[in-house]
Amino acid sequence: MHEILLSARHLTKRFGGLAAVNDVSLDLSRDEIHAVIGPNGAGKSTLTHLLSGDLPSTSGQIQLGAQDVTGWSADRISHHGLGRSFQKTNIFSPLSVWENIRLAAQSRSTPAPGNPLGWWLRADAHAGVNQRAERALNLARLSARRDTVAGLMSHGEQRQLEIAMCLATEPEVLLLDEPLAGMGVAEAERMVELLLALKQDHAMLLVEHDMDAVFTLADRLTVMVNGQVIASGTPAEIRADANVQAAYLGEEHA
Amino acid sequence: MSTARAHLEVLPRSIQLVLWLGLLALLAFPWIGSDFHAQMVSRMMILAIFAMSLDLLQGVTGLVSLGHAAYFGLAGYLLAFMTPPGEPVSLWWTLPVAVLGAGLAAAVIGFFVVRTQGIYFIMVTMAFAQMVFYLFFDNKVLGGSDGIYINFKPDAVLFDLENKQVFYYFTLACLVGVYLFLRRLLWSPLGRTLNGIRINEHRMRAMGYSTFGYKLTAFTVAGALAGLAGYLWGAQTGYVNPELMGFHMSAHAIMMVILGGMGNFAGAMVGAFCFEYLLHLFKDLPTVGGFQMGKHWQLWMGSFIVLVVIWAPRGVLGLIQRFGGDSDA
Repeated sequence: MHEILLSARHLTKRFGGLAAVNDVSLDLSRDEIHAVIGPNGAGKSTLTHLLSGDLPSTSGQIQLGAQDVTGWSADRISHHGLGRSFQKTNIFSPLSVWENIRLAAQSRSTPAPGNPLGWWLRADAHAGVNQRAERALNLARLSARRDTVAGLMSHGEQRQLEIAMCLATEPEVLLLDEPLAGMGVAEAERMVELLLALKQDHAMLLVEHDMDAVFTLADRLTVMVNGQVIASGTPAEIRADANVQAAYLGEEHA
Repeated sequence: MSTARAHLEVLPRSIQLVLWLGLLALLAFPWIGSDFHAQMVSRMMILAIFAMSLDLLQGVTGLVSLGHAAYFGLAGYLLAFMTPPGEPVSLWWTLPVAVLGAGLAAAVIGFFVVRTQGIYFIMVTMAFAQMVFYLFFDNKVLGGSDGIYINFKPDAVLFDLENKQVFYYFTLACLVGVYLFLRRLLWSPLGRTLNGIRINEHRMRAMGYSTFGYKLTAFTVAGALAGLAGYLWGAQTGYVNPELMGFHMSAHAIMMVILGGMGNFAGAMVGAFCFEYLLHLFKDLPTVGGFQMGKHWQLWMGSFIVLVVIWAPRGVLGLIQRFGGDSDA
């Protein structure tokens, strides 16, 4: 078993009477991709929001590294080594690709708001930030797009940019919400390659609908239906699980 | 999609040219214009500082404050309170006190308003400004609705602000200083952070930016700079009244920023000059057939702003840039 970097216990999120996420527990380990699958409305994205701090959980506990981060804000959790991408592309569309990534990298070295240096230094002259941004740009294979306006790129490239922005903050835990959504075959293949490369050194949660990609990539799978986990295990175990076949794979993977 | 409103730090050549010409004109003006007109231009420069301070919120950070005049007026009042009736008071401590006082008020009010978003932010900034307005309007101790006279201009020792030309050049120096400070800010980590917050605050938080602190800082600095403008206003006109903190003053500043073009500070400056010039133009309109056109200047100004927003959404500078041939994509 690899080192566990994130562990969630009994996470529940209620919206009024609806339990969007109901008593979900899962672990993310270094060098492993943990995929969460399930039909639409199963609560996968809500789960991601809970883990990243975008939404507060109603009950349950989240441990990030050695730290209990339950109830922390998204920015604080981010500083503790968690990076996430969004289901709906969430970038700075009017800015260049480079500035998108540089801004992400800068979040690790921006002087505090009250520090006058932060008002005076040149943002683009910070060697550490530029280095981190350059590394993320190359990892996500966007070097050729460096000066392109982000909003003008293809959908697939924008998804790559999402990942690059995550990487620029040098997280240990990556939460990727449908990175392949809406991609063409060639683009999806490239993304799968990229995710496999990122598996090293990262603990990754992957929410994805593309079953071929999921079974290519995932080391562990958790299947959610109506906010609840109905099965969790290795891909082989999940394939063999009667509940899963009935509830999910049966219809969609026929 | 255009990058012009995104990479604010880059100023197109045509706009740079306009600014240099403007600076030359301002430097030369006291030698060619009359005293009366020089005073009018001083006023425009003060309002340009005020408009730039608002642009830091409105154009850069994306926070539309409908109560920015509160900090402008507050600093003017601070000068009035600090100036004794019978003698001038030193510039060198009253100016910092007024600027810091306005900044402090903005920090305290900002602590509450910066938590709100969108329409709520607009409403809450306005509510606080109205509170400040009525605090002064209803209290005789604070001058009441009549306001307070400032009998002497602040004493600068090294130069004489009672001299209109000296005051003019002092104001011009402040204008250039504030502009350079804010332009530099756009290149800084903090400026880039504020720019990111305007474009996509949610994403900024996901990347680890605690946006509250940055927005509060922007609000405070904008308040302090508005205070600098308010101090100069009080010194120049020798009179402060609650109107300076009123709703109209705040709204005028927003219009100036929109008129000139948001986000790069050059636009706010140009907008302030245009707005004031048009104001005088419209107020001087003749009476036609018993209809006092000048009295209804707000009608003409309003129509003009509507036209600008529809046909030149990036303001006067946006037009200049377009006709100057600078591509922006």
